[in-house]
Amino acid sequence: MADYSSLDIRQRSASTEQPPTIRSHQEVAKLIDVSKCIGCKACQAACEEWNDLRDDVGVNTGVYDNPHDLTPKTWTLMRFTEYENPESQNLEWLIRKDGCMHCTDPGCLKACPSPGAIVQYANGIVDFIEENCIGCGYCIKGCPFNIPRISEVDRKAYKCTLCSDRVAVGQAPACAKTCPTGAIMFGTKEAMIEQAHERVEDLKSRGFDHAGLYDPAGVGGTHVMYVLHHADQPQLYNGLPKDPRISPLIAFWKGGAKVFGLATMGFAALAGFFHYVTAGPNEVAAEEEEEAIEVEKAAKNGPTNGTGTGAAARPH
Amino acid sequence: MTNLWMDIKHADVITVMGGNAAEAHPCGFKWVVEAKAHNNAKLIVVDPRFTRTASVADLYCPIRPGTDIAFLSGVAKYLLDNDRIQHRYVAAYTNAGYVVKEGYDFQDGLFTGYDPDKRDYDKTTWDYEIGPDGYAVVDETMQHPRCVMQLLKTHVAQYTPEMVERICGSPRDKFLKVCEIIATTSSPERTMASLYALGWTHHSKGSQNIRSMTIVQTLLGNIGMLGGGMQALRGHSNIQGLTDLGLMSNLIPGYLNLPIEKEPTYADYAAKRTFKPLRPGQVSYWQNYGKFFVSFQKAMWGAKATRENDWAYDYLPKLDVPTYDVIRGFELAKQGRMSGYVIQGFNPLLSFPNRAKMTEAFSKMKFVVVMDPLQTETARFWQNHGEYNDVDTKSIQTEVFELPTTLFAEEEGSLSNSSRWLQWHWQAQEPPGECRSDIEIMSGIFLRMKEAYRKDGGAFPDPIVNLTWNYAIAESPTPHELARELNGYTLAPIEAAGTQLPAGKQLDGFAQLKDDGSTACGCWIYSGCYTERGNTMARRDNTDPGDRGIAPNWAFAWPANRRVLYNRASCDPEGKPWSEKKKLIEWNGKQWVGFDVPDYGVTTAPEQGVGPFILNQEGVARLWTRSLMRDGPFPAHYEPFESPMANLAFPKVKGAPAARIFKDDLADLGTSQEFPHVATSYRLTEHFHGWTKHAKINAILQPEAFVEISEELAREKGIAKGSWVRVWSKRGSLKAKAVVTKRVKPLICDGKPVHVVGIPQHWGFIGHTRKGWHPNSLTPVVGDANTETPEFKAWLVNIEPTTPPSDAVA
Amino acid sequence: MTVQVSRRGLLKGLGAGLAGGTLGALGFGGLEPALAAAVRPFKLAQMRETRNTCPYCSVACGVILYSLGDKSKNARSAVMHVEGDPDHPINRGTLCPKGASLLDFVRSETRTKYPQYRAPGATEFKRVSWDFALDRIATLLKEDRDRNFVAKNGDLTVNRWTTTGFLGASATTNETAWLTYKTVRSMGALVFDNQARV
Repeated sequence: MADYSSLDIRQRSASTEQPPTIRSHQEVAKLIDVSKCIGCKACQAACEEWNDLRDDVGVNTGVYDNPHDLTPKTWTLMRFTEYENPESQNLEWLIRKDGCMHCTDPGCLKACPSPGAIVQYANGIVDFIEENCIGCGYCIKGCPFNIPRISEVDRKAYKCTLCSDRVAVGQAPACAKTCPTGAIMFGTKEAMIEQAHERVEDLKSRGFDHAGLYDPAGVGGTHVMYVLHHADQPQLYNGLPKDPRISPLIAFWKGGAKVFGLATMGFAALAGFFHYVTAGPNEVAAEEEEEAIEVEKAAKNGPTNGTGTGAAARPH
Repeated sequence: MTNLWMDIKHADVITVMGGNAAEAHPCGFKWVVEAKAHNNAKLIVVDPRFTRTASVADLYCPIRPGTDIAFLSGVAKYLLDNDRIQHRYVAAYTNAGYVVKEGYDFQDGLFTGYDPDKRDYDKTTWDYEIGPDGYAVVDETMQHPRCVMQLLKTHVAQYTPEMVERICGSPRDKFLKVCEIIATTSSPERTMASLYALGWTHHSKGSQNIRSMTIVQTLLGNIGMLGGGMQALRGHSNIQGLTDLGLMSNLIPGYLNLPIEKEPTYADYAAKRTFKPLRPGQVSYWQNYGKFFVSFQKAMWGAKATRENDWAYDYLPKLDVPTYDVIRGFELAKQGRMSGYVIQGFNPLLSFPNRAKMTEAFSKMKFVVVMDPLQTETARFWQNHGEYNDVDTKSIQTEVFELPTTLFAEEEGSLSNSSRWLQWHWQAQEPPGECRSDIEIMSGIFLRMKEAYRKDGGAFPDPIVNLTWNYAIAESPTPHELARELNGYTLAPIEAAGTQLPAGKQLDGFAQLKDDGSTACGCWIYSGCYTERGNTMARRDNTDPGDRGIAPNWAFAWPANRRVLYNRASCDPEGKPWSEKKKLIEWNGKQWVGFDVPDYGVTTAPEQGVGPFILNQEGVARLWTRSLMRDGPFPAHYEPFESPMANLAFPKVKGAPAARIFKDDLADLGTSQEFPHVATSYRLTEHFHGWTKHAKINAILQPEAFVEISEELAREKGIAKGSWVRVWSKRGSLKAKAVVTKRVKPLICDGKPVHVVGIPQHWGFIGHTRKGWHPNSLTPVVGDANTETPEFKAWLVNIEPTTPPSDAVA
Repeated sequence: MTVQVSRRGLLKGLGAGLAGGTLGALGFGGLEPALAAAVRPFKLAQMRETRNTCPYCSVACGVILYSLGDKSKNARSAVMHVEGDPDHPINRGTLCPKGASLLDFVRSETRTKYPQYRAPGATEFKRVSWDFALDRIATLLKEDRDRNFVAKNGDLTVNRWTTTGFLGASATTNETAWLTYKTVRSMGALVFDNQARV
């Protein structure tokens, strides 16, 4: 059991208690070196096997990606992109393992209204505690990487746990252990950054001048990082966001709650939340949507400073 | 593999051609990635498709299926023209200076001695000139017009970069870049590892594909070297073991040959196999052939194999044709000349070419026995599965037995991997249902037959009733008992290597084998695997002195626990490593010492001049193979039997002239007018043949059959990504989804585009995946001239959009 | 599936969440549910480990089979999880997508479990006993061998049998292969092959 008193939790959704800070923890991270990845899907297999998940047997849609998207039973997925490099004229098959990035500043956790449904452990892992999940889906909207999925069966959100059960006993996540080529490495975040720098050097020596580490600052850094040959264009890798960030207003809503108190909570903060929510299918009546957009507009003039989180002040 | 998996990390260049190691051998491929990351290695991929191996390559070069010999002959020409060879190695360790007999010639694509009616060669002119001293004549200057080096230069002369481009469709600049990178390993300090698999063997000239790269590697001095070698990445977990143990029509365990009809007595047989050194003082394993053979006969028939009866020589069947390989087997079955087939863990209905022929062959047999842990299509060939297996069940009169077997988790024993390691494994669970091991099933069948022959007699019962069967429980021999037989044991007291062994003891290794009947050994190359000290295959010490990637005390490697074959060649003639960084062994003045077991006499001094390739009679590596290959002493470019191109190199000879093809199969070949596109078949990394369609996770990862085509061909044919297509050949038809990709591009050969249709091979009509077809519905029945490996990598098809199969999911 | 959250829907839902969350913010800490987060218990803690080799390709990765039961008398073992053997010099704990899914191979629904027999012309398999199957197979083999065995070709002793074929498996052990070799060769069978060609 990890609760606040275990001193192993750093943050918890919809809770403002200050966690204990007495223990010093090593942060862990997974480093996905896209330049070593052969897209074999061993990580997908090991993930399903370890986590006792079996997704549906699908169909081929003209690509290698299977299943076609993350689902409540597919927590990680290889995404394949065929890219003709205009500079070298070479074909590059960019293959990226998609899944939860375990952000330092997790948008899902910030957006989650259910106390304790999303936690961040002191080692950096962001975990969903399904028994507390109310299935509202805000985590999906809060996530800049479009990761969580809600099960139609139990209406709860699921995603990669970074094998928190394995890491808790000192083992690497199943995907990292199995990776045949060492494209997925696991260790302390410090060690992974060090390894990434070595890899970037090697890639630069092979003509990838823009090789680099993807550890986006907009979400405070992540505990799943990528080595990319084209770090200047992460979007080449099946739409990996170039500059992911949590909406300042989600950050505000979470961070500012105490300061504003109930009186100001009601409208402005909520409205501010919508500043972030700009994408996503729309299934509501047009007039309701109008109303929501008005709310959003209003929010732009709402309070945006003095809330104690730097994120709110960043340009969107 | 001449070397081993971890050894690849020491390579400076890795060429993956004729294989797709990242997809077919991902965990072995890690050592390629390791070489790139920590040895600054360059990875070259030459393949018709941009594979997942290509996705991590430094250089990818496309090639038309079935043109590897032209490409590699072009590389050899480049090395020779630009003087990028390892001179001392070539001079001392190859047959480059050996003089070939007068009379040899190569004209219009044919070597001397060709008989078109037999589709075979008289190979007498392909041998060395033998001098008055009885040894091969060698010109150390390599200038003699008939020496191998000069013949080789002439032989590869026409494979210019222009010719390579015309034949292979490999862009000249890419081809030259490949040559340049490969040539860097002519330095003694640098090595290249060649990784290949069925991409080279699945051709009518598969063995010569491999020979072509062997020539390149030998010129570069990369054989016997750390991070060098020819790495045959075997397909299945124990296909190396099955081959080592001679489970083929013409073999005896340990690569001995079964006698042929024309060798009626043991004396005839032995005379042909007596080792005759081709150079003074040369030694070879094969000088012990008699010891290996007699010990094998003793392992089989014990006291019944005596000197007086020629060691029970008559108990062995004699061949009237070169091989009764599986292609011949099913040809005979199709002709109604086979009564039955007994099949262990094998799915031939979806493995051998021309599915329609396979179905016809099975339907004509009286009985079929299938032992398998999985329900196979073969065991159910008689069931109607709609368009996936549209047979008339009631008309099929075959009796079929489906016998459930254990699988790896439920048994113990050893498997031999590509690195020639024999590794033991242990049982983890009880078998489900009534599954039995193959050992128990084969014993059950055999003991019943033996009893019937003992009681009722019948055709030549002797070899059956006298077969050695000293197992504690006759019906269930243990793997340990069998492994002890493979290792070998004394039948009488022996003296060997200065030590005495009493009767009934396990041997230490093949050096102790005798040809006087005092030793028994199932497979000489496996000797040492289960000695008096125990089961060496079960060793689990992974320490690796010197970080050579050898781990000498992990399991057992044949022969004699040697990990890198020909490792004597890693040193110069004086016994000093060519490269200190790549040291494997060295001469310390008294003996050979180092990280590996020397592939050489341990105390044979360098000045004795014994060649390092002691598996060969010459003691040197063969750029020229004499009469050992059925289809020529050098490789030559021939087109696949079905090809859209004329043979630009030799217009008068299209397909491999010595490859066997049966009459009906010849008539079943299509032309490029009807079938304009080149098809090739392969594995995907998500699956293992037809086995993993039975495993749910793998079915999820790659659920449905597809073919891969270029955007250009898709446009031409009006095929949309993800839509259904029909692909058909002269022999059959299949439906699959279309993966339209930039990774397959039309190849411009002789100015015209050649389209490639890629057909993965993992679907059938049983299992968790969606139903589909295996490419064997389309493939032609023609085998490699030397090995009868079917031409699965290059044949002709047509393709068109189609409607989904009736049961397809929208 | 992805739950699609509309702006409006989110607005409503967020209001509900807010009410709960702000209780804590206002200092009603005691009222905040005492919710704990727990990682899933490590499932291998007490499983038996058996060293084995992946049966697929020729890399021969070391695998550890984790099984239920500790091999005590009253426990029937069953493989529950498969993972790479970190001590193995080649794979060093890694496994490819096939190896990582071995559990589903071991447990496959389409495994054979009982001997089955299909009579000539029959439309179904029927379950039979081992004795039935082995007796019948031995009889068929002997009948065919006795009928078609070739002892002589002219003067030459050839002792061969070429009307029944044998195919060896590519994933059986060397010990199985040796026993198969012994028995098949002792019968004089020549139509004998394995999977090396495909």
